Amino acid sequence: MGHLNPFPADTLDQDQRRQVEALSGSVTPEQARWISGYFAGLEAGIARRSGDSGLPAGAAAALRTLTVLHGGETGNCGGLARAFAAAAADQGLVAQVEDMARYKPRRLREEQDLLVIVSTHGEGDPPQPALDFFEYVEGPKAPKLPQLRYSVLALGDSTYEHYCEAGRRLDRRLEALGATRLAERVECDVDYDETAAQWRAEALALLVAQAGAGCEVSAPADPSFPAAAAYDKRNPFPARIIDKLTIVGRDSTKETRHLELDIAGSGLVYQPGDALGIVARNDAAVVAALLDATGLSGDSDLTVKGEPTTLAEALEGHFEIAITPPRFLDHWAAVTGAAELERLSGDEGKAERQNWLRNHHIVDIVRRFPAKNVDSATFVAGLRPLQPRLYSIASSLSAMPDEAHITLAPVRYQLHGEARHGVASAHLADRSEVGDTLAVYIQPNEQFRLPEDDKAIIMIGAGTGIAPYRAFLQEREARGATGKSWLFFGERNFRSDFLYQTEWQAWLKDGLLGRMDVAFSRDRRGKAYVQHRMLERAADLFAWLEDGAHLYLCGDAARLAPDVHEALISIVAEEGRLRREGAEDYVRALQRGHRYQRDVY
Amino acid sequence: MADAGTFIDRGKDLSQPLDRLSPDERLKKASNYLRGTIATGLLDRITGAVAADDTRLMKIHGMYQQDDRDLRDERRRQKLEPAYRFMIRVRLPGGVCTPEQWLKLDDLARAHGGGALRLTTRQTFQFHWVLKEEVRETIQGLHEVLLDTIAACGDVSRNVMCAADPEDSALHAEVARAAREVSDHFLPRTRAYHEIWYGEEQVASSGAEEEPIYGATYLPRKFKIGFVVPPSNDIDVYTQDLGFIAVAGPAGLEGFNIAIGGGMGRTENEPLTYARLADVIGYISRDRLVAATEAVMSVQRDYGNRVERNRARFKYTIDDKGLGWIKAEIEARLGAALEPARPFRFVSNGDVFGWRETESGRFNRTLYVESGRLANRPGRSWLDGLRAIARAHRGTFRVTPNQNLIVAGVAAEDRAAIEALLAEHGLAGGGESAIRRNSIACVALPTCGLAMAEAERYLPDILGRIEAILAANGLAEEPITFRISGCPNGCSRPYVAEIALTGRAPGKYNLYLGGGFHGERLARMVRENVGEAEILSVLDDLLGRYARERRRDERLGDFVERIAYLASEQQVPGRISPII
Repeated sequence: MGHLNPFPADTLDQDQRRQVEALSGSVTPEQARWISGYFAGLEAGIARRSGDSGLPAGAAAALRTLTVLHGGETGNCGGLARAFAAAAADQGLVAQVEDMARYKPRRLREEQDLLVIVSTHGEGDPPQPALDFFEYVEGPKAPKLPQLRYSVLALGDSTYEHYCEAGRRLDRRLEALGATRLAERVECDVDYDETAAQWRAEALALLVAQAGAGCEVSAPADPSFPAAAAYDKRNPFPARIIDKLTIVGRDSTKETRHLELDIAGSGLVYQPGDALGIVARNDAAVVAALLDATGLSGDSDLTVKGEPTTLAEALEGHFEIAITPPRFLDHWAAVTGAAELERLSGDEGKAERQNWLRNHHIVDIVRRFPAKNVDSATFVAGLRPLQPRLYSIASSLSAMPDEAHITLAPVRYQLHGEARHGVASAHLADRSEVGDTLAVYIQPNEQFRLPEDDKAIIMIGAGTGIAPYRAFLQEREARGATGKSWLFFGERNFRSDFLYQTEWQAWLKDGLLGRMDVAFSRDRRGKAYVQHRMLERAADLFAWLEDGAHLYLCGDAARLAPDVHEALISIVAEEGRLRREGAEDYVRALQRGHRYQRDVY
Repeated sequence: MADAGTFIDRGKDLSQPLDRLSPDERLKKASNYLRGTIATGLLDRITGAVAADDTRLMKIHGMYQQDDRDLRDERRRQKLEPAYRFMIRVRLPGGVCTPEQWLKLDDLARAHGGGALRLTTRQTFQFHWVLKEEVRETIQGLHEVLLDTIAACGDVSRNVMCAADPEDSALHAEVARAAREVSDHFLPRTRAYHEIWYGEEQVASSGAEEEPIYGATYLPRKFKIGFVVPPSNDIDVYTQDLGFIAVAGPAGLEGFNIAIGGGMGRTENEPLTYARLADVIGYISRDRLVAATEAVMSVQRDYGNRVERNRARFKYTIDDKGLGWIKAEIEARLGAALEPARPFRFVSNGDVFGWRETESGRFNRTLYVESGRLANRPGRSWLDGLRAIARAHRGTFRVTPNQNLIVAGVAAEDRAAIEALLAEHGLAGGGESAIRRNSIACVALPTCGLAMAEAERYLPDILGRIEAILAANGLAEEPITFRISGCPNGCSRPYVAEIALTGRAPGKYNLYLGGGFHGERLARMVRENVGEAEILSVLDDLLGRYARERRRDERLGDFVERIAYLASEQQVPGRISPII
């Protein structure tokens, strides 16, 4: 076959042809595939509007994507997948071969023709490297797949009870998600060569025949323009919890959680760096304890912001009832006339007041200084309205459409012989399960933004302060950003507290994350914090800054932030050969230039 | 030289260019004599693992990267990498160590090994649960008492075994010396170990001489050497790649019968892999020992299959080339024909427990250690007890090939004190059934990456149920060999046991019956991939028949073989022998 003219003379005018030729000379194969999909969608949209079917059927069919997805432990499935792709190529079909171990399952919603080759292990289990894939596909996050045609080749060993079960499971599940079976599932025993070849031949024949007959191209869904966000702090969106995981190991001294929320249909849009506001409710047990201490009935009528309610409901949903605000101290001193409260609220108690309040929650004060005949309205008059809690969003909309993820380290401690916990901690960690809803809104943070895609970034975080960097890297991955990246992370123990460890490892491996330094403060040897790692890498860190890197800091405001700030100044002073004032000026200039951004709490 | 006219296919051996051989061969070659990137991997703080290629090289340094499989799934959901740990295996020729060495092993087990020491079926110690950042410290600790882990795993001559003879005959001492001599001679010479683990400087080397025996790609696969002193076959000489059977005359050790080509490992659904017993091919005198070893090992080095790793063991080289050809090639390299094998007789492959007086008038005490696991547990403070004994003891400790332990060389006047310590710490034993004393389990879950089913953790339960069947049939005192492995590779040497289980999936095993009581016959698979109920049902039938129909002194394995022979006329030929 000679050189093929890709543009029959009458399809494009000269100008269009020049543009397409110029484009085709510069794109990568992946971009080419994307562009073909883009035009296919465009064509379908145009066709639908005009009632015209557009391109001839065969050409449309050729635009369907074909992916061969394999999962196994021994390499047999991978070998079969490659053989399929080779056979497809002989038929003029381009197949992409993907391993479940590395495949991003969210891509399923874009797949069109999918051939699955999967083996079964142990008691009908999927292959180890494919466990994440199975968990996603079989879990509540799996998308509907009406656009998908598929067929499953299941490998197994018939001496086991659950023969080919992993393949059967996928076959059932894809059907349940709305996908269409292209060819029936085929199951093979340990001597799989012949059966697999039959399946391959059948599936390929169907693909080729249907391409020839002209099958319908599924049009991309209408780009639903997000309606102006109707949900905000005053009117939060009820987001369903679609996943909730403890992401520290069993020996951890922490209980850090990862939560995934479904915001589909909310119109909520966020940027990496933004926070999610969560309108939490107080623990009913804490409310009961407080009611008990005051002697008030939870059923007492009350009006809050003009709305009639009950005291119990108000305490649960409208007021802060744990940490004592200074105004409650003043209020309760007035209500009870207790001498000590008056002293603490007056000038002479100023020095010890803050500390005393930290050690006395509202319930502790009410118990110790009971008031006689106080009514509901009087009691709540000293309380502050319940504030939403803010969490740095740990996901990117580009990578996780319709989702928002957060990282949460529940706050728990003992006070006066009782277990106490933070409001949202208890709500999210203890009283919310997958399927429940949380009232959420987006709290934008313009002071914590990724730079242009080609700029280098240095990300410093400790504990849950690592959350926005997960969003950053997801975003950069989705955008194909080329800028270098370097992450510093600190926590207590390497083995249990390395938050999102496997995700960073994967990004390090594929190069999206260039460097990572970690510091663990409670490991047996080498107690270290992030600032120690920064100082160890001072020369490189300064060189990155000199080259224009943007630096981010996220985490604890009281200890981490000042320590990192101080380390930064000394690195600049040392490496830049500057006096302290000069180094401080340098760092201030970074901040003014938005190249040193902080999100501390 | 080999028979003229015999065509020997060299398409898969060392003579081929590297790119035609397996990736493991290229890895060894490119590793600069086992250095790889191990040293830098130890410094990587992002992972508790090392690079995949380095895990393969580290085997020859005596350690396996593993992970806690009980936690694997849980940690995957936690977005944490597997709980990586290292298994470190000591090199201990013949299984002998001093009290001073014992105390260090005990220290290291407590500090880095999760509070346990594991005695292995190749007479050495394993530490499990060692963290990456503590591996170096562990190896340096061993070095302080002149122990190392070189060649305890990997494609080299493994820990050389030697009969544990509790009577300590003069013959045994001579054989033990011979075993150490072979162990020393075939130790890898690379300095990589000293550089990586002791932090020694790399000395400039010409490279070519670094491994005069092995060469840059070492052996195609592991190579197991063992010495045995009849009538005990405690080392299971027929399972060794190269076994030496001591032959004594009036003046002591004269030489050895040579057995070659034993090996337990097989792979499910790979009919070209199988367990094989060694063939006795002749006799050599004591002075030819090292030369004979080198001749045998070099034949495997040069002709072993380096393309298909699961066909790389010496047993397959022998079957592929023919035993006659292999023997001729060995003789050619030795420069002389082997003498005909001398007569010998084995009676058992088990241990003899309790006190035994030695030829020199001292005493040895053999302790039963269930599955070879030494740890402190309620009522059984075994580590503490052995520590106390090591402090008082003036002899040695000896690990037996059956994962048991001998407190060796006790003076008559010290016996009572040692026995008191044993009693105090629950080590005295004696209450176990005969089958339990003749049992072996490999480690399997949760640490071994190959295990498909439980072994060590399951052994106490399954044995309890089998003991009940034995008792019901009046067989409680009958010594029967029972071995369980978590996978078909067979570290517990299951294929020569009278009753054996090899793991297929959680709770599922292949059941083998009929191995020889002194390791002389392979067992036959009678059930494939079955659960405990089926296993117990088969054993219930079999042991009932055995009690009723056995001949006088007939061993269970021999009985199984006899009824299998009787049943063979009605059998449909097949892989499984449904004799029961």
